[in-house]
Amino acid sequence: MKKVSWVIPTLYVLFLLLPIYWLISMSFKSTNEILGSFTLWPQKFTLDNYHKIFTDPVWYRGYRNSIIYVLINTVISVTVALPAAYAFSRYRFLGDKHLFFWLLTNRMAPAAVFALPFFQLYSAIKLFDTHIAVALAHCLFNIPLAVWILEGFMSGVPRQLDETAYLDGCGFWRFFNRIFLPTIASGIGVTAFFCFMFSWVELLLAKTLTSVAAKPIAATMTRTASSSGYELGLLAAAGTLTIIPGAVAIWFVRNYIAKGFALGRV
Amino acid sequence: MSDKTQNQKGWLFVLPVVLLVAFNALIPLMAVVNYSVQETFGNNVFFFEGMKWFGQVLHSERFHAALLRQLLFTGIILVIEVPLGVIIALSMPRRGPGVSVCLVLMALPLLIPWNVVGAMWNIFALPDIGMLGKLVNGMGIHYNYTQQPIAAWATLIAMDVWHWTSLVVLLAYAGLRSIPDAYYQAARIDGASSWSVFRYIQLPKMRRVLTIAVLLRFMDSFNIYTEPFVLTGGGPGNSTTLLSIDLVKIALGQFDLGPAAAMSIIYFLIILSLSWLFYTVMTRGEDRG
Repeated sequence: MKKVSWVIPTLYVLFLLLPIYWLISMSFKSTNEILGSFTLWPQKFTLDNYHKIFTDPVWYRGYRNSIIYVLINTVISVTVALPAAYAFSRYRFLGDKHLFFWLLTNRMAPAAVFALPFFQLYSAIKLFDTHIAVALAHCLFNIPLAVWILEGFMSGVPRQLDETAYLDGCGFWRFFNRIFLPTIASGIGVTAFFCFMFSWVELLLAKTLTSVAAKPIAATMTRTASSSGYELGLLAAAGTLTIIPGAVAIWFVRNYIAKGFALGRV
Repeated sequence: MSDKTQNQKGWLFVLPVVLLVAFNALIPLMAVVNYSVQETFGNNVFFFEGMKWFGQVLHSERFHAALLRQLLFTGIILVIEVPLGVIIALSMPRRGPGVSVCLVLMALPLLIPWNVVGAMWNIFALPDIGMLGKLVNGMGIHYNYTQQPIAAWATLIAMDVWHWTSLVVLLAYAGLRSIPDAYYQAARIDGASSWSVFRYIQLPKMRRVLTIAVLLRFMDSFNIYTEPFVLTGGGPGNSTTLLSIDLVKIALGQFDLGPAAAMSIIYFLIILSLSWLFYTVMTRGEDRG
């Protein structure tokens, strides 16, 4: 029984890793080799693709832009979601359930619906092609998600903690910052990870709201592909590099990941 | 729910969230509603048209076809991903050194930008230079997803299963891990079969997280745009043109703002009502359990 139990997960992980391996192996090949013949691993191992990305500003600026707006978005989302999630988990107030459902509906909204109006809105307030525009736009789906996850984690903290603190004469903000936030630190970490992740993988809005100065890496990839034919090796190297930030981020929250995906409520 | 204190101060706490989300949601939504009832011939001159676009969209064959494809796609991936995810989660050890690494590896596809996922599978499945394409053709099946609608669909579904099944696995696994060991010991003493352990212990405990999984997978698969757009571009022909792709074609390709806006609103209402339906059906009786 013990040995059999690993078979299915192992097969599944292999299935997941196969396309990723294919991408990584392609990134070490020259475009000629990729187009020329089918090879399982690079025949002539080359770092040219990576060299090009790290030396060409068009490419490395894409990564910088993406990381900037993703970080801004994560900070905004988590900061405003913390008090809101506390209110949802502790207080009853007029229209609270309706408000919570309304927030969630924004998580359901198809990005395609918002692409054009977003472009007009952010052009009108002169924020088009800035990092802050993308960061704000991604709040549309990240804030509801952050509130959802944090509310789940906060509801797992017994209310006695709050009451004891108040009885001891602790003011609200002092309690919130000094006692409550450290208690749900892992929840905050998980939430930040999810905001990071969803902002990182989204492209439609990020692409719509930028042209040059804040163009995300993912958009650089599609535009380069169409302008200079298919430079597959370069594309593969750029794609491989987009996996790294997520892989690094997930390593920090690996022990909470299962609970995090369950939005804090198990 | 009942032990919460009545406190209208809650509104102050949620105010920043409401303002930020409303700014992003309500203003664009107003613009969409505006377009959906007007006609324009350029120069920013608009005429009120009432419900004309709604009628037009609701009766257009093109919309029906896209909606049908969308429902089919969402249906297929839910039927594959949810049971598959549960099976994988059930077969994972409850604890042990490899589990963390296994979970991190499983989460990898979730962290790849969506257009990279599309581009990756686009090349991976090419019949002449891609690994998958070579493999399938090598097995004697004629496979070319750029020309055969069936192959395009199979590739699209394989890509989505690859991309999102892990979400279900992680959710189901979190649910399973919350079951105390005592439950299993009690079941062993009673001589319960593994089916009844699943039916009476594991499934009820996973109910809550599975609700989340189905809801998230439903909403996200209904909104899918980038991956199929990069993979097939809606082709061959229109065979993989899902709702979002069709919408963007109409709005930005043809610049038919009225019909596109009307379609957006119908689209959003469908997602809202179906999500609500799923939610009510799956959480019914939760309080009793």
